[in-house]
Amino acid sequence: MSELYPVRQMNADEFARERRLDEIRREAEHRGQLRVMGTRPRGAPFPQATPETGYYGIPLLKEPPWTWEIPLYFFVGGAAGAAAVIGAIADYTGADRELVQHARWIAAAGSVISPALLISDLGRPSRFLAMLRVFKPQSPMSVGVWTLLGFSSGAAAAAFAGFLRSRYGPSLPLSVLENAGQAASLAFGLPFSNYTGVLIGATAIPVWNRNAGDLPLHFAASGLGAAVGLLELIGHRKSNALQALGLGAAIFETWEGLRIESRSHEELDPLKHGLSGWITRAGGALSGPIPLVLRIASLFGGKRRSQSLRRWAAWSSVAGSLITRVAWVHAGHVSARDWKLPLQEKSLLHSNAGRQMKD
Amino acid sequence: MSVTAFLTDSTLCIGCKACEVACKEWNGVSQDELDWSGFSYDNTGAVGAETWRHVKFVEQAPVPGIGGNAGEHASWTFSSDVCKHCEEAGCLEACPTGSIVRTEFGGVFIQPDVCNGCGYCVTSCPFGVVERNQKDGRAFKCTFCYDRQKVGLQPACAKACPTESIKFGEIEHLREAAQQRVQELHARGMADAQIYDPEHSSVRGTHAMFIIRGDPRTYNLPPNPELPTVYLKKSWRSSAIAAGLLLGGTLLAFLTDGGHRDGRIK
Repeated sequence: MSELYPVRQMNADEFARERRLDEIRREAEHRGQLRVMGTRPRGAPFPQATPETGYYGIPLLKEPPWTWEIPLYFFVGGAAGAAAVIGAIADYTGADRELVQHARWIAAAGSVISPALLISDLGRPSRFLAMLRVFKPQSPMSVGVWTLLGFSSGAAAAAFAGFLRSRYGPSLPLSVLENAGQAASLAFGLPFSNYTGVLIGATAIPVWNRNAGDLPLHFAASGLGAAVGLLELIGHRKSNALQALGLGAAIFETWEGLRIESRSHEELDPLKHGLSGWITRAGGALSGPIPLVLRIASLFGGKRRSQSLRRWAAWSSVAGSLITRVAWVHAGHVSARDWKLPLQEKSLLHSNAGRQMKD
Repeated sequence: MSVTAFLTDSTLCIGCKACEVACKEWNGVSQDELDWSGFSYDNTGAVGAETWRHVKFVEQAPVPGIGGNAGEHASWTFSSDVCKHCEEAGCLEACPTGSIVRTEFGGVFIQPDVCNGCGYCVTSCPFGVVERNQKDGRAFKCTFCYDRQKVGLQPACAKACPTESIKFGEIEHLREAAQQRVQELHARGMADAQIYDPEHSSVRGTHAMFIIRGDPRTYNLPPNPELPTVYLKKSWRSSAIAAGLLLGGTLLAFLTDGGHRDGRIK
């Protein structure tokens, strides 16, 4: 390569390795002779590489390499982010102190569990720190890890300062820390509860990027349902605000389920067929119609019956949120194994745009 | 210093796998399982964390043309696959650590000492090239022999290729060479010969071009690879709407809640 000039000279070891490459080439020249004309099986179907079957149907895309921690992280992050928002708003509007405290504790628990899950997936704590070298706005993973950092610091500080205040009495530094922490957990909790939808939406996996415009909304509703459910399970089953938020989340999730079921594109098949389809349906039913019906029923009748129904709705929403995250990750695996989708002539984005124009 | 590229000419490939061996030896990549996949003489199926060059064995029904396959025999072509080193690379954009960089030669390089194994590049590669090594936890792929290019050498696979099916050089020279070669093949009756270099897709071309015959899908080459960042705008818009709804909804719920002081059940 005359255009390239050596930056430094090779040493003896490198020369030996270079000579080895020449040897490989000579050996290939000698032995690389074609004496057969491909395989000619008798009777058996002859596997062929064709435009219709791709390269023997071997998947082009790689499956997401994430372990079980990641869907759990999506669930915990969604619930914790929404809980921080509920806690802060409840505080600012002068709601029940206990509700504020419990929401804060859920957010604080999430702020500890979330990084722990990510570190467990990565293998070593130092690997988590590697993400704090840079901030890349074009990488949802980078934006997400900084959001997590801001959220965790805020939520943990607010809960810790609140705890010290209740134990040792109020003081100015504690009140500053508590308020700043709460404000940060609100500001970062809003994106933290839904960014995981962007994270999987902006990938090469067809079932995910096909839903890039809906996943953050879907995940936000799922996280809100889980946060409301957890607060109700702790005991806040008389709060009208939580009931309203739970109804809102359930209505949105019901609509999301109908949206998935009513559209027919082969990219959406993993959400409707096979094991991943049934997990998606189970998650959708538990997050949407079931809590919706239970909550509407709880609006009528006696106090005791109402609270019991709300407890069932809460369990359903929490379980539904977790199963929904598992379902989407599982569907991503199924989608990556589908060799047909990435070999489509037309870009998914363009056909998506076409769909919107037609709608 | 010049911007370089690979041009892999499948009409010259004899399927000897010298490129695979040379790549493994130079880069210290571990051996593949030596089992047959059942698909012709392919034994690895695809490029991955431990297969940075992969020879595809494309067997098709007989197609007319020159190349020894005319008539009754199945058409048998080989093509050495590799990381495409996209002009706009999904893995590079997605990497949250800054481990994946664009080298001065135009290649896409994963710095192994910075990679933290988050695996986001794996889901962001429209060609399914990057893979997480199960034993090590980090992501690996073709380095474009960055170390060799640094000292003015061509990549190990190109050096070991006995038929010069794998060409390496300045990208502009190779683009011209590819045009000439395709014209030559057309003149020899291979009307289906074409260059695979998706310049009009969102990856905006590659630093690993291919000369293939017929439909790229036969070679597991996507006709329209898509850079995942094209979905960012739509997705973040949805995220912003979701955040707004959550904030507004929560405010509304608590402001309209008259009896919120009796919240907890004892």
